[in-house]
Amino acid sequence: MSHQPAVLMLEDGRVFPGFAHGAPGTAFGEVVFNTAMAGYQETLTDPSYRGQIVVMTASHVGNYGLNDEDGESDRIQVAAFCARHFPARFSNQRGRRTIHAALHAAGIPGIDGIDTRALVRHLRSLGAMRGVVTTELLSEDGKEELRGRILEQPEMTGAALALAAGTSRPYDFGPSGAPRIAAIDYGIKKNIVRRLSAHGLSGTVFPAAVSADQLKAGGFSGYFLSNGPGDPAALPQCVAVIQELLETGKPIFGICLGHQLLGLALGARTFKLKFGHRGVNHPVRDLVTGTVAITSQNHGFAVDPATLPPGARMTHLNLNDETCEGFRLDGRPVFAVQYHPESAPGPHDSDALFAEFAGLVAAGS
Amino acid sequence: MPKRSDLKTILVLGSGPIVIGQACEFDYSGTQACRVLRREGYRVVLVNSNPATIMTDPEFADATYVEPLELETVSRVIERERPDALLPTVGGQTALNLAIALEEAGILKRLGVELLGASAASVRLGEDRLLFKEAMVKAGLSVLRSGLARSLEDARRIAQPFGFPVIVRPSFTLGGTGGGIAFNAEDFEGIVKRGRELSPVHEVLVEESALGWKEFELEVMRDAADTCVIVCSIENVDPMGVHTGDSITVAPQMTLSDVEYQAMRDDAKTVIRTVGVATGGSNIQFAVHPGTGRRVVIEMNPRVSRSSALASKATGFPIAKIAALLAIGYRLDELPNDITKKTPASFEPSLDYVVVKIPRFNFEKFPSATSVLGVQMKSVGEVMALGRTFHEAFGKALRSLENGQTGWLPQPALVPAWPSVPMPRAELLRVPRPDRIFHVMNALRAGATPEDVHDISAIDRWFLDRFAEVVEMERTLRDLAKAGLGAEPSPSETATVRRAKRLGFSDADLSRLLNEPEEVVRQRRQEAGVDPVFSQVDTCAAEFPSSTPYLYSCFETEDDAPPSGKETIIVLGSGPNRIGQGLEFDYCCVHAAKALSEAGYESIMVNCNPETVSTDYDTSDRLYFEPLTFEDVLAVVRKEKPHGVLVQFGGQTPLKLAHPLQRAGVRILGTPPEAIDTAEDRERFGALLRKLDLAAPPWSTARDVSEGVKEARRIGFPLLVRPSYVLGGRAMRIVYEESELEKVLAEALEAFPGRPVLIDQFLEDAFELDVDALGDGTSIVIAGIMQHIEEAGIHSGDSYAVIPPYRKVPREALGAVRAATKKLGEALGVTGLMNVQFAIRDGNVFVLEVNPRASRTVPFVSKATGVPLARLAARLCLGESLESIGLTGEPVASGFSIKAPVFPFRKFEGTDTLLGPEMRSTGEVMGRDRSFGAAFQKAALGAGIRLPLTGTAFLSVHDGDKPALVPVARELSHLGFALTASLGTARSLKAAGLPVDVTFKVNEGRPNVVDRMINGEIQLVVNTPLGRDSFFDELAIRRTALERDIPCLTTLSAAAAAVEAIKESASASGPSVHPLQEALP
Repeated sequence: MSHQPAVLMLEDGRVFPGFAHGAPGTAFGEVVFNTAMAGYQETLTDPSYRGQIVVMTASHVGNYGLNDEDGESDRIQVAAFCARHFPARFSNQRGRRTIHAALHAAGIPGIDGIDTRALVRHLRSLGAMRGVVTTELLSEDGKEELRGRILEQPEMTGAALALAAGTSRPYDFGPSGAPRIAAIDYGIKKNIVRRLSAHGLSGTVFPAAVSADQLKAGGFSGYFLSNGPGDPAALPQCVAVIQELLETGKPIFGICLGHQLLGLALGARTFKLKFGHRGVNHPVRDLVTGTVAITSQNHGFAVDPATLPPGARMTHLNLNDETCEGFRLDGRPVFAVQYHPESAPGPHDSDALFAEFAGLVAAGS
Repeated sequence: MPKRSDLKTILVLGSGPIVIGQACEFDYSGTQACRVLRREGYRVVLVNSNPATIMTDPEFADATYVEPLELETVSRVIERERPDALLPTVGGQTALNLAIALEEAGILKRLGVELLGASAASVRLGEDRLLFKEAMVKAGLSVLRSGLARSLEDARRIAQPFGFPVIVRPSFTLGGTGGGIAFNAEDFEGIVKRGRELSPVHEVLVEESALGWKEFELEVMRDAADTCVIVCSIENVDPMGVHTGDSITVAPQMTLSDVEYQAMRDDAKTVIRTVGVATGGSNIQFAVHPGTGRRVVIEMNPRVSRSSALASKATGFPIAKIAALLAIGYRLDELPNDITKKTPASFEPSLDYVVVKIPRFNFEKFPSATSVLGVQMKSVGEVMALGRTFHEAFGKALRSLENGQTGWLPQPALVPAWPSVPMPRAELLRVPRPDRIFHVMNALRAGATPEDVHDISAIDRWFLDRFAEVVEMERTLRDLAKAGLGAEPSPSETATVRRAKRLGFSDADLSRLLNEPEEVVRQRRQEAGVDPVFSQVDTCAAEFPSSTPYLYSCFETEDDAPPSGKETIIVLGSGPNRIGQGLEFDYCCVHAAKALSEAGYESIMVNCNPETVSTDYDTSDRLYFEPLTFEDVLAVVRKEKPHGVLVQFGGQTPLKLAHPLQRAGVRILGTPPEAIDTAEDRERFGALLRKLDLAAPPWSTARDVSEGVKEARRIGFPLLVRPSYVLGGRAMRIVYEESELEKVLAEALEAFPGRPVLIDQFLEDAFELDVDALGDGTSIVIAGIMQHIEEAGIHSGDSYAVIPPYRKVPREALGAVRAATKKLGEALGVTGLMNVQFAIRDGNVFVLEVNPRASRTVPFVSKATGVPLARLAARLCLGESLESIGLTGEPVASGFSIKAPVFPFRKFEGTDTLLGPEMRSTGEVMGRDRSFGAAFQKAALGAGIRLPLTGTAFLSVHDGDKPALVPVARELSHLGFALTASLGTARSLKAAGLPVDVTFKVNEGRPNVVDRMINGEIQLVVNTPLGRDSFFDELAIRRTALERDIPCLTTLSAAAAAVEAIKESASASGPSVHPLQEALP
């Protein structure tokens, strides 16, 4: 157990004292909470968490360590990581390193021993806010100064984080001979690429700044819009590319940020949720079949379904807060979901969406 | 889909008496199901033979049949009530087996009854291990390799490729009865043989061992639209090899990555779909190889289970309630989350706390049975605790057990420290026994590493690391004490103590480690602001606001649910089930809570038993799921500042808190604690009896053996010898001669060191009366008088009892009993419930004991008389008078109601079934009918004893019983029974002119009585103990009877009652059934 002090401070001045883990230092970011009870390695490495201080609500985080297989990108993406308890050792046959070691190697601070429930209740009632985790700036006298520095940080609204979150160079994926698609990487999770491949698709993953011409020139049979961090409304150039792709009539499938960008491309509006959806237990009803899936979620922004244009129809509804979790275009092979059918972490209930996309691509190629 | 409108009447089957493997969790689930089905407008018909259940209170069903749960009786109920559907999934394995029997007998089809929740095919698939495995393999899931054997040769052939150890499980038995792990060929043969005998289909599964693998359970729910949710994941701290009911378990699972967990979740969905559970809950067990991660499906229960009760309490997701609603057609997304009320039930709870369950054992009651745990469940109860960390929850669970432990630090008297243990150390860690966890801790204290302990015990290192952290904290605290505590707590002391409390250390632990009295430790930490706060079990890790006040304590920073401002009263629950303290007390607590709410108070329940109705958050206005220790109860009191506390409903557990609470300034409502003391303290009680001019058997006390011998000579034999302050007759013995006395005295002195031994004259051939009464502080009303059917000498909890008294009780004696009860109650100032036990010999009345609190018989008397005693008692505690609650005269019971005990002997190999003054029954059933005989027959049948109507009766009684045996034998002969008897007994029967032949006793030659029993030549045994010489003979008879379901009566009065019942059944045309809501015809 670490006994080195650390604190988490919120922009409204509330302080949560705890113990330092990972790298010493100070990290700023939007403080968000995740209610998944396992799957922290996927969360740590999910590019959509870039710029965020992630608080896990589970009591013990790090129990099975981090392994060589379950990362969703090649590095830890969160700004800082918090829990009630990070065990000093792990126990699992696949585990390779502790949370502490992984955070330390990545230069990212962590904090445990804090009353995470009090923190979540605070965020739940006041909304997600900026904050800091620090092992350095602990003095009472420096509190106001530290708060001042939090307030200097950019807010999540308006943050164009997706442009730098994904690959900087195109790369290919999937089995040879399979139908080819283009995936735009706003911070794509590895498991999305694996699920696309598993459903018989191949193709190229492009950086977020790819042009429509480049995509259209590639001879792809469909387009995939990935997840990613930040505010979709801050990415007009990405929206413009998608608008051009829509004109091709080819199948398009978006997930999370991809869903929001597709919505914007169709003329809908997006807005920031009070504290977002982050966890693996959100019930989503498929409005077409009536069935309910337990879904993996990670988003702070959402599409306002009332602003979807004619010809676009909401298809998935979050049963907790009745927000839009998916839509599609009538009579066209274009659809998107706000949640994460690739799971990682989370339930595999919605894998069929990949199958559907693969079917549409195959039909068109 | 909305609920079904084509159904009008739904039959719900309960689980019957409390037995090992099936306890009050099914009262919890059944009560929930009945409540929601009625709320949805259905007519509910309930059958359950257990009178101590809340579900059999008349308000929970439209027609409540307290009748035996067996084919013929339930068929009668179905014919009478013509239900449209049967819900078999909330009454445990008993209900499920019965539903299948009804289906197989064609009764459901003939009378047009639909099975809800599970089809007969799916039940069979879930229960038949081989079919299940085949189906799993077909669905692509991995299972342990195995084969089904109907003979020893089969079994050997199957086991050959696996190597030892090998698991043997009999098909279709409750809680794995008769199963075992074989480590060599010899064990193997024995276990296979016994398993085949116990299996109703004489079949065992021989299986590859997963001993030492990690064990998990998932609680799955599915609705008609095929939406599946995992309500809870549970990981066993004890690895595979120990029945999950006997394992320490933790929720949520701790050591699987999301990848591994999601694969298991996928498997669970495949299982529930493959088995074909259309709607409802299932429990699915998995084993995972710790080295390779290989995952296999072990088994599934296509119904609400013990684990699902635990999962419901652990998560706040009410599985039974939701299962009942799904069964009538609702979908999960149409039902609200019971806790948040705003989000839907189609979700998976997220926990920001940890839940630990620890089983409670009662091996001291069965000294000849081995305490090694295996695949057959042996625990009698369990506790659950919640904390923000594993350590915190575990520490709280340890001090909830009511076994003398007060937290992390073991009591040296109960768990010897490492250097002084008699057995090799590794053995204590490797072989699972109830106290293994304390040895694990001791090993770590002695310097073993978690790796060492893991290598021996196979307990996952993650858990051992947590225990090691606790041990490290113990050292830190000791160092703190060594350095000396200042006058005021220093900041570093406070920080350390706060960390210790967050690791689940009790104040009692801190007291021992810091060398300060517990009170001082508490004061210092409170001064420094180290106080618990209360968090909500909210299903969602605080993501959404929740209004249901289901709370647990932790040492965090923020309280979730401040007091509402209404006037509150606390009911202290009864803690874990154990023999002598079970469901009956929970029943009383539930009624007390209801009475408080009805009287306009906010009722607050404090309890730590996850199986119960009292810990359903719907039962009280606020539920604190907390250990029943002074520290934990005081924390609730400090927060709620209640008007008062009720301690008389939860049995012994809360009573022991009465004085400390009173000293802390808490108002105890009802009978004052001083009166309770007077009744418990022999000297004061003796003085009271003298003052009231009431007789008691001559008695004395002794502090050592020689004093005991002296006193015994003065009083005269036979004697009843027991330690003081016992529950359920622990270490209580009847002594006939001086030669046995010294040993018994020594044992009793040892059982409770420092306490005197009580020596009473034992009134041989007396019979006992049990009286329940209510008082309002000034006067007393008798609620019911029960007569024990067995003679004095058998614990009241183990005796058949009948209300009203049926024979042999002179009117004058009854009058004297009533008068004595009133005198005693008035003198003690009883406010609420009281129970008095009397012995009557030759018309003389003796007071045996007085308990100014709820007794085990309260629910039975309530069912027999229709008067809700516990609820009325709570009102009396609130200050109402007997007159204002409308109870001015003794209620009249219609017909006869008979209570029959149920014993766990089958679970404890080699245990003698002979009854005595130490209570060993786990549960009870009730038989109710117009005549004594019919009621007795029902009670026996409910307890699983099918009295034969024809056949051969074997009679062997001691000399004193021989005259009285004659009329019993004559009646049996009239009824057409052939009589056979031991030599001496045969001689006396022949002398009375009865036709009887002789059967050898075991040591007399062959074929002997046991041979004839095994050959199926004897259908009824009457065998009263003859003394020490024939002890082993009789033990063999009793064990054989138990194993072969041959009724074996060990007292003559029980034999006479049984004969009366046989006579009644022989003349009746099948069972008669009567709902509680109607008077007996």
